[in-house]
Amino acid sequence: MTSVGKKRRTAAVDQGACVACGCCAKICPMQAIEIVRGVMAQVNPDKCVGCGKCARECPASVIEIWEVGA
Amino acid sequence: MKKRWYDYLWIVSLLYLLLGFFNILFTWLGLLCFFLPLIISVATGTKGYCNRYCGRGQLFGVLGGRFGLSRKKDIPGWMKHKAFRYGFLIFFLVMFLLMLWNTYLVFAGAQDLQQVVTLLWTFRLPWHWAYHGTLFHLGAAQFAFGFYGVMLTSTVLGLITMMLFKPRSWCVYCPMGTMTQLICKAKAGKQP
Ligand code: SF4
Ligand code: SF4
Ligand code: SF4
Repeated sequence: MTSVGKKRRTAAVDQGACVACGCCAKICPMQAIEIVRGVMAQVNPDKCVGCGKCARECPASVIEIWEVGA
Repeated sequence: MKKRWYDYLWIVSLLYLLLGFFNILFTWLGLLCFFLPLIISVATGTKGYCNRYCGRGQLFGVLGGRFGLSRKKDIPGWMKHKAFRYGFLIFFLVMFLLMLWNTYLVFAGAQDLQQVVTLLWTFRLPWHWAYHGTLFHLGAAQFAFGFYGVMLTSTVLGLITMMLFKPRSWCVYCPMGTMTQLICKAKAGKQP
């Protein structure tokens, strides 16, 4: 990658504990989250910028922001 | 993000709760938010109601978010545990059936109309000021009182967990949300 030492962040949902309320999808500025079949939230890592808004919003607190190696 | 018309349904939820103070018969309208979520999830296999239209969830979001009435702390682990969510759903449904049974008794003439709203399944609040007689059977009025009790109880519980935890904590253990997710799970499981 070009920018050395700069880490990319991305959101990950603990899908087993997700209640599919959709609060995360509603707040995400990048429209990176989709509720799959009314069962759980799914983050699109290509769109996610790791801002963490979804993790703060999630009423069940089942979203974590990870640093992915860049 | 651009606001859509359905982002303002929390106003409808608020009006609904207020109307129940003035005329209890309005609470029949609440059946809409009982059947719509189920119909949507059965028909489309999504939680479209929760994800878009639910005014109650939005109301907690507005009060806890914009009005800052929430501590915004993590909900305790046991509250998002499946045992608690499913247990609460069953408890809620049993209490709902009991309410229907009481309504039936009034319909059948075996019991007089109780002009009370039962809060948190325990407290019987006098509510006669919202009753101005009915053109229908007394049982219809009894159902209105009972149903408003269900709505008020879930609102009060939701407000408490909104203040203690994140704004929309109610959505974690909301019986309707749990039911629609179960329907979606069943439907998704059947698909290849
Ligand atoms: S906000 Fe949390 S519980 Fe709700 S759909 Fe998103 S990840 Fe799932
Ligand atoms: S971290 Fe930000 S961009 Fe990524 S999914 Fe959450 S809200 Fe969207
Ligand atoms: S979980 Fe309940 S309160 Fe929350 S959006 Fe769904 S139906 Fe509404």
